[in-house]
Amino acid sequence: MAHEKNHDYHILPPSPWPVLGALSAFVMLLGAVLLMHGETQILFGLGLLGVLYTMYAWWSDVVKESRVGDHTPVVQIGLRYGMLLFIASEVMFFAAWFWSFFKHAIYPAGGEWPPAGIETFDPWHLPLINTLILLTSGATVTWAHHALLENDRKGLVNGLLLTVCLGVLFTIFQIYEYTHAHFGFSGNIYGANFFMATGFHGAHVVIGTIFLGVCLMRALRGQFTPEKHVGFEAAAWYWHFVDVVWLFLFAAVYIWAR
Amino acid sequence: MADATASHDHHAAPGFFTRWFCSVNHKDIGILYLISAGVLGAISVAMTFYMRLELMEPGVQYMLTEDGQVDGNLWNVMITGHGILMMFFVVIPALFGGFGNYFMPLMIGAPDMAFPRMNNLSYWLFVAGATLAVLAVFVDGGVHAGWVLYAPLSTTGSPGMAMDLAIFAVHLSGASSILGAINIITTFLNMRAPGMTLFKAPLFAWSIFVTAFLILLALPVLAGAITMLLTDRNFGTTFFDPAGGGDPILYQHILWFFGHPEVYILIVPGFGIVSHIVSTFSKKPVFGYLGMVWAMIAIGVLGFVVWAHHMYTVGMSADAQAYFMLATMVIAVPTGVKIFSWIATMWGGSIELKTPMLWALGFIFLFTVGGVTGVVLSQAGVDRAYHDTYYVVAHFHYVMSLGAVFTIFAGIYYWIGKMSGRQYPEWAGKLHFWMMFIGANITFFPQHFLGRAGMPRRYIDYPEAFAYWNYVSSIGAFISIASFVFFIGVMWYTLTRGQRITENAYWGSTDTLEWTLPNPPPEHTFETLPTPDQWNKAHH
Repeated sequence: MAHEKNHDYHILPPSPWPVLGALSAFVMLLGAVLLMHGETQILFGLGLLGVLYTMYAWWSDVVKESRVGDHTPVVQIGLRYGMLLFIASEVMFFAAWFWSFFKHAIYPAGGEWPPAGIETFDPWHLPLINTLILLTSGATVTWAHHALLENDRKGLVNGLLLTVCLGVLFTIFQIYEYTHAHFGFSGNIYGANFFMATGFHGAHVVIGTIFLGVCLMRALRGQFTPEKHVGFEAAAWYWHFVDVVWLFLFAAVYIWAR
Repeated sequence: MADATASHDHHAAPGFFTRWFCSVNHKDIGILYLISAGVLGAISVAMTFYMRLELMEPGVQYMLTEDGQVDGNLWNVMITGHGILMMFFVVIPALFGGFGNYFMPLMIGAPDMAFPRMNNLSYWLFVAGATLAVLAVFVDGGVHAGWVLYAPLSTTGSPGMAMDLAIFAVHLSGASSILGAINIITTFLNMRAPGMTLFKAPLFAWSIFVTAFLILLALPVLAGAITMLLTDRNFGTTFFDPAGGGDPILYQHILWFFGHPEVYILIVPGFGIVSHIVSTFSKKPVFGYLGMVWAMIAIGVLGFVVWAHHMYTVGMSADAQAYFMLATMVIAVPTGVKIFSWIATMWGGSIELKTPMLWALGFIFLFTVGGVTGVVLSQAGVDRAYHDTYYVVAHFHYVMSLGAVFTIFAGIYYWIGKMSGRQYPEWAGKLHFWMMFIGANITFFPQHFLGRAGMPRRYIDYPEAFAYWNYVSSIGAFISIASFVFFIGVMWYTLTRGQRITENAYWGSTDTLEWTLPNPPPEHTFETLPTPDQWNKAHH
């Protein structure tokens, strides 16, 4: 640190990533509007690339800063607060989708739910297997965590690798399920609720899997210690959150309202 | 660009691009927020000028198409644009983004925000969102569904690109606010000065903290609702379309579940500012500090359980209406705690009527008026008559335009010397206040009469019977708009020629940490954390 700083908080150097990220988001969404109105696809693609690049570059910086010791204990507490609050906001995002689901399931427009003519999935086949996959992945990520706390690198890597594989397996099964649905996405409220709620959950599974994958690579490089592994903790919390959302989806959408 | 990140040299003055585009400094970002909110506020005010001009007399005189036909769409675009800009892009960025960023860390003695880089992302996402919102006014005939974007007007009723642009604008604004909220909460919880326990933190810091929680929990729900609009519009889902089993009322419920906390998001930071100003210019500590904190928390919590009082007329059960009526009226209790505590703070104080105090007093008076009409409207029975009339317009402009916006001006006059190192001319600040106070009251008070007489809101024209008070209202609006133009002049003068102000605590008796710093504060503040004797002197 070049200046006389007498505290443990993290004062950062100027960074181009926020303005680049916001510009990319602007281009991406403007492009999405043009795409949805059948104009051009290029702008959306460009913006998306910009957003992805910004994420990569930004979080690379965060990892580097952590490696050089900028993340003091008090900064680590702040990062944990940040992640928990982010997950809280995500919970409220899902509240909107569950709201729509329960409204239509309890007060269906046509008097019955599922609506007449809708053939739903049997929850005790693939959905049950997917539930077991996610629950198992919650256990394996905890295994990885305990291994990390005991400085057992091999256990950490194996636990994480297994978690990532289970995440990928879940996504594959979910795609398989989607392709075998007996109801469409558009034109009926059952499909809209089902695909948007489980689809946003699926997107979060993919994000969580990538997050855990990054942790796996960092674990292979020995970047986590039993004392300091905020990135791993954040990924594990996120994964548990995704898991819990699924349990609600399974209980409400698949079993209760079948 | 990459070398900007590599540069660790804080002593060399950063270049223009680095300082204002790559900033990680809460004070610079706060100033960017305030300036941007001012620019968008000017656009929004220009729209009101056009609207009040058109409403000045019965018949349609100005909003005409090229061949002389009534351009009702233009009117609809104006009310929608004004609403979206004020709700998402002017008041939140000024109070939460601007003052919150600049003064919350200073008041708790933090060297910066917890996540300085993410802070800048919040700002630029807000700029990106505002740009999309302004584009939405000009593309494909503009957005004309009203700021609430009710389906089906916003779905099958708006086939053009404008609505999609507006939806994405609100998405970006929401993301910006949520990131800001995470930042503020973490900063407040994790970075208070040594010894400053939660219930010793200044009231403005508390107000921003409470606001951040409302944003964190309300904005994501809105994001869900407008995503449903987006898929209904573009991908054939039927969330709000009865033809596919959907329900347009569902949109109203989810929208207002966000929308009611939103109005507290707009006003609660102002509560904080007013508390400090009333205390400073009464030369007394705030009366009932703990009560003030808990009142803000109570208002925040209650804000989440009253949403359907915005939709009494959609056909809810009598039980539901009774519940929402009762819950809404309960909010008057913590709000009353705040009003009476401000009065008690002034009681027996040595009151000095400087410009910030005038704005604060104006706020307390007008917010009380708006609060009382709010209790009137909370009556489901009475609301049958007032719903969607000018009475509602008058009510929410008394709490927003004369409430939240007054606190923005109060904050500017209170802190401009701190932020710029130059002081505004006192006579000019007072003239601005009286012009705005008189103008805004002449604008909005008669709208109560119009509403009681049955004039519906959101129309370009009205019958002859409503002509008189509409004329008066327009005159008031022109006075308010003139006061805004005068304000821009005052700011220009202050920042270029205003008297330099060297005393740190230039208002005299103040007990918060920003007054221990020079005007303007240096680039980095509190590099050595403050000790309790710097902020604890006047405390309880």
